[in-house]
Amino acid sequence: MAESYVTESEVAHHEALQHHFENMEQQREAAALGMWVFLVTEIMFFGGMFLAYTLYRRVYPQSFAVASNHLNIWLGAVNTIILICSSFTMALAVYCTQVGKRQLQIIFLIVTMVFGAGFLGIKAVEYHEKYVDNLIPGRLIPSRPFNPAVNQEGAPHDEHKLTLIAGAAVKQVELFYWIYFAMTGMHALHMIIGLGIMSFLLYFSIRGHYGPEYHNPVEISGLYWHFVDIVWIFLFPLLYLLGRHMGGHG
Amino acid sequence: MSEHIVPVRIYFLIFLALMIGTVLTAWVAFFDFPGPLNAVIALTIACIKAALVILYFMHLRYSQRLTWVVFLSALFWLAIMFALTFSDYATRDWFPTF
Repeated sequence: MAESYVTESEVAHHEALQHHFENMEQQREAAALGMWVFLVTEIMFFGGMFLAYTLYRRVYPQSFAVASNHLNIWLGAVNTIILICSSFTMALAVYCTQVGKRQLQIIFLIVTMVFGAGFLGIKAVEYHEKYVDNLIPGRLIPSRPFNPAVNQEGAPHDEHKLTLIAGAAVKQVELFYWIYFAMTGMHALHMIIGLGIMSFLLYFSIRGHYGPEYHNPVEISGLYWHFVDIVWIFLFPLLYLLGRHMGGHG
Repeated sequence: MSEHIVPVRIYFLIFLALMIGTVLTAWVAFFDFPGPLNAVIALTIACIKAALVILYFMHLRYSQRLTWVVFLSALFWLAIMFALTFSDYATRDWFPTF
């Protein structure tokens, strides 16, 4: 040390301790608190979309039931289970870092990334189904404007067509799909960013940067990952399940 | 090190509870409950699941009080946003009433 005023006890500090913190404990709590503040802004960000959803579901309940019932409940349910599994493995990755099990820490990070990628893969399959059925709203895809076929009374049932119930209208179904793509799209974007963060964590985990003494990045990335899971915990029942009892399946 | 380390057993129990909640919410969605009860049940299960993730996976239960204040402020502002918006919409005559 070039500076003569650095005492011996300060030199003994953990190398990851930044100079503006008293000790590792304070640094850890500050990092977690900062992440929570960011998550508050995220809650308000998604909250605006949940507000729009609540409002229009209240105004057009029949059309929202029709649109909701057209979503693939099995893919939605499997994705919910995948995300919960990924949150579980993320929690275990944080745990393994805290207790110094480096091999397991790396394995759980990889498993979490595999679950995350699996979720996005299934989401892509769902989006493609909607694309095939002309359910992408407005003219987001210029060659395929929103133009779903509707099952007619007496004709054989086609699961690619909407089944309208009394009080439902195709124009209002389109509103549901705007909200559906906005919410699941923003959620998917958060998943993609999450995978980027995971890659970063994995790289530094393999290089041995994180252990019982210092693991703030693992801990706060975990907070972010769990938050994205929570958003889906609300999206699944609201988008896929509500209205299942009202008929109009297909 | 004063950091609280949540035992694996707790993580596993929370994971099981979340799985059961997911199956339960998908199953009850097909029953026709009176009035807005379907939505109430779905949201109650979702809130319980979210609370479990926040308290245990995100360690809020073991966090300092300041973290609690920050988290609760999110719910507070969310409540303001919904309350003020619906105090407008819900009092317009074209808006459906229960």
